[in-house]
Amino acid sequence: MRAWWLRDLGALALGIAVLVALSYALPALPIQGMAYYFRIIILIGINIVLAVSLNIINGHAGQFSLGHAGFMAVGGYLSAFVTYFYANPFLDALPAGPQKVVLQNVFFFGALILGGLSAAIAGYMVGLPSLRLRGDYLAIVTLGFGEMIRVVFLNIDKTGGARGFSGVPSWTNFFWVYFFAMATVVVSLRLVRSSVGRAFLAVREDEIAAEAMGVNTTRYKVKAFVIGSFFAGIAGGLTAHYLAYLNPDMFKFILSFEIIMMVVLGGLGSISGSILAAIILTFLPEGLRAVKNWFELKNDPRMVIYSIALIVLMRTRPQGLFGRRELWEIVARWRKVAK
Amino acid sequence: MQTLLQNLLNGIAAGSIYALIALGYTMVYGILKLINFAHGDVFMLGSFAGYYGAQWYARATHQSGAPAPSWGMALIILLLAMVVCGLFGYLNERIAYRPLRNAPRIASLITAIGVSFFLEYGGQFVFGADPKFFPTLIDKHLINFAGITTTNYQIIVLIVALFFMGVLQYIVYGTKFGRAMRAVSFNYETASLMGIPTDRITSLTFVIGSVLAAVAGILFGLSYPKIDPLMGIMPGLKAFAAAVLGGIGNIPGAVVGGILIGVIEAFVGGSAYSSYRDGIAFVILIVILLFRPSGLFGRHQKEKV
Repeated sequence: MRAWWLRDLGALALGIAVLVALSYALPALPIQGMAYYFRIIILIGINIVLAVSLNIINGHAGQFSLGHAGFMAVGGYLSAFVTYFYANPFLDALPAGPQKVVLQNVFFFGALILGGLSAAIAGYMVGLPSLRLRGDYLAIVTLGFGEMIRVVFLNIDKTGGARGFSGVPSWTNFFWVYFFAMATVVVSLRLVRSSVGRAFLAVREDEIAAEAMGVNTTRYKVKAFVIGSFFAGIAGGLTAHYLAYLNPDMFKFILSFEIIMMVVLGGLGSISGSILAAIILTFLPEGLRAVKNWFELKNDPRMVIYSIALIVLMRTRPQGLFGRRELWEIVARWRKVAK
Repeated sequence: MQTLLQNLLNGIAAGSIYALIALGYTMVYGILKLINFAHGDVFMLGSFAGYYGAQWYARATHQSGAPAPSWGMALIILLLAMVVCGLFGYLNERIAYRPLRNAPRIASLITAIGVSFFLEYGGQFVFGADPKFFPTLIDKHLINFAGITTTNYQIIVLIVALFFMGVLQYIVYGTKFGRAMRAVSFNYETASLMGIPTDRITSLTFVIGSVLAAVAGILFGLSYPKIDPLMGIMPGLKAFAAAVLGGIGNIPGAVVGGILIGVIEAFVGGSAYSSYRDGIAFVILIVILLFRPSGLFGRHQKEKV
């Protein structure tokens, strides 16, 4: 039909309406400890953005990026910088009212996008060396870049340096988190089914063959890094404005590792797998905290259990939960078999 | 001139420790084409084995508190650490890496990271995250010559490191096992066709690498007595940079790379940019990977389709 974009616009409007409704309804639910669960729900949303964005780089394009936390840091710090030093003082001078709320959200959206763009630039700079490196080496270099980004922020005094950046306005709410979660998923889905996505998959499967078939592997690998890091930057901004605090120590390699665990557990290349794994692995630390209290352990066994679970997972089911397929494909196959 | 010599000596001593760890990285990569992320933590394990070994020794010889320094004790603790790490290296290979021999590379890499985290956070869990003080194994003496002050520790580090590198050189180039190791690192499948027990050789390589890391751990504990479960990360990364610098898969290259990185670090640390001391190894690594990925001594292997 002529106005093909009307369908998308309608879906967008519907999605936004649902989100707005949920963002009011959920906190008001009469479930005990709702505030606690609400916090987990927000964290799940942020982790979905992180996992799905990393899945674009690692799962669809087949590159091995261990530096996702660095991109998150870039986005977080830049968006916090914009809001703390510019947007918030401007808003403080305004009288309260619906105007202010709308403006705040507009500024927040703008700051997040700016954070995402700066993270995308960082992704571009990390993606460039990736042209020449194979899997293991690329992993080390991205790890190194992630750490370097962290050390850079450790030395910038304007944003707090080692003391951290406190006083970031806490503007993150359910709506924005899940708006961007949905955006990431939609972009990722559309991307993988487009010609760009096909190029990613070609690079993943066999880089030399892809190059021989005329796919500019350089361009597409960098593209994957840029898009993935953009959303990581958004996630960083969301985190910064949720915790109202940023510290370079939050973005060490172990954070990158946790995101990788989500993508690997869900299945490298599976968007629904990443979402499911993000949900599971956000709940897990809370559950493990209960384990620690139950057994009255002195130290936190969380990472030890994680690493053992990872080793066992790699031995028993290295393709993760869904492998490369999506949830709906698996369900469709079940139904076909069941008939 | 004196500061130059001082820095040089410090650098060579620290570099020897890096070299011992780098040897483990390079040997494992040569055979399995796998970067053993967990190797730096085997080094940490060696230090802790020495720490707890000293405590056990003190109890066994009925001393209270920290054991009295002696050469005999130092030797026993060194052997103990070597056994512990060698055993761990063997188990690591059997349990974590061998089942993934035919799996995609990313699975091995993730498993290696998993083992590394297991050691680090398991160490924090079991030993406690607080730093411990490595016992004094040998009495410390200051030595002055040519205007440089050094402790006998640095001389011991140099001599012990050189000794073990010499032993490794003999093993790799003078024994049948060594020839088998070289053959397997040249071409895995053909070596197995020639009747070499590749599984056993791989296990042996891991064990040797871990033993060297244990030696490095003890020497490190001797020189810098504060140890904690996360101490293996930075030296591990630097040693990996050293292995890549020398040409990963190349044994003399690892030694040269280690010493080079140690010396460069010492000079950077003694200069105006001393706060970048820890980062210089990373910079070297990235520069090498971008401009000469085969390292100083490695051969550039053409990728075959």
